[in-house]
Amino acid sequence: MVSDPSDVFKLLTTVKDPEIPVLNVVDMGVIRRVEIVNDIIEIDITPTYSGCPAMDVIAANVRTTLEREFSNQVKIASVMFPPWTTDWLTDDARAKLMAYGISPPEKNTADKSLLFGHREAVVCPKCQSKNTERISEFGSTACKAHYRCVDCKEPFDHFKCI
Amino acid sequence: MQKELFEYVLRIGDNALILGQRLGEWCGHGPVLEEDIALTNISLDLIGQARSFLTYAGEVEGLGRDEDKLAFFRDARDFRNILLLEQPNGDFGDTIARSFLYDHFAYLLFESLLHSNVTNIAAIAAKSIKEVTYHRRHSSEWVIRLGDGTAESHDRIQTSINNLWEYTGEMFNADTIDHVVASLGAGTDPSSLYASWKKNVAAVLLEATLEMPADDWMQKGGKQGVHSEHIGFLLAEMQHIPRTYPDAQW
Ligand SMILES: [Zn+2]
Repeated sequence: MVSDPSDVFKLLTTVKDPEIPVLNVVDMGVIRRVEIVNDIIEIDITPTYSGCPAMDVIAANVRTTLEREFSNQVKIASVMFPPWTTDWLTDDARAKLMAYGISPPEKNTADKSLLFGHREAVVCPKCQSKNTERISEFGSTACKAHYRCVDCKEPFDHFKCI
Repeated sequence: MQKELFEYVLRIGDNALILGQRLGEWCGHGPVLEEDIALTNISLDLIGQARSFLTYAGEVEGLGRDEDKLAFFRDARDFRNILLLEQPNGDFGDTIARSFLYDHFAYLLFESLLHSNVTNIAAIAAKSIKEVTYHRRHSSEWVIRLGDGTAESHDRIQTSINNLWEYTGEMFNADTIDHVVASLGAGTDPSSLYASWKKNVAAVLLEATLEMPADDWMQKGGKQGVHSEHIGFLLAEMQHIPRTYPDAQW
């Protein structure tokens, strides 16, 4: 039986994001609340994108991981507000993404109310060049866009800033 | 009030669901791989939005209908999406034009719903507007690329926009439900979005060297459940598995 939420948090760092396995669910910022109330572990999870198919898998993995380690009952709720933002990715997560070959999102979500608002240069994860171009706003998963490096020619994923 | 709120939320959810289903039909048929992925990504976002709105609509209704019951076990007459979104995909330009006209509306709607005094509506709007920002940029960039492209692409996207124009009026038609929900601060009177929509759409069309069609007769009825013949085929495809195997689980 666990009584300290920080032990729960610590264990949750072993639960990987199913689509970006280099990040864990804490790095991703999708775990919004962990509390232990009357021995019940209560966890709030927020989706990255409304239709993100990874959310059900994440919730299931969180549950099995906790139930394997602790005898407490586990309650998982999905919360919508405040909406997930890439600003919640930790610095550590950004470094891991870059090393994995995914260019991390720009920091602090810029005002995107402008239709074609100014975009910051996306850095190539291979050669660090900023001379890159967008191939498509929509990539292999909801959270990624598709880019290519003009210098080293490497195509790569960019974690979209939302 | 609960009845009006249910209808109001259902309309927003159905818009997302029906357009999501239409865009999903492009899966494996996109003109290029990137667009195949883009259209299905957008479809996924929309279906995610629909899930949130329909789940909440079911809670408001209080009869125990969840998102699946509402999506898969209603008939055409009970759907509340606007007619624009059930129109067939046509060619890539038709699909882009349809999304373009809707995305600009959806962005303004969600922006205004951020101020809804119903926490759930404001929360789903806050989530959705981040996604719609990308959708709107995608469809607008394509309108510009096709409009300001070759003579062929210019003429075809102009024709697509002309053909769909008669469905744009419905987005801004306020009825009793809109008035009741807006007067309570829960929702938005859609007619208040029209001026901004027209201005934003006009700016993109100008850059695309396209003409804004003249406002003529406008179709309406979808919001009240009076649909075009196209929705029956769409629902047949979308609903046939859950109706053949009700209660089936993954
Ligand atoms: Zn490079």
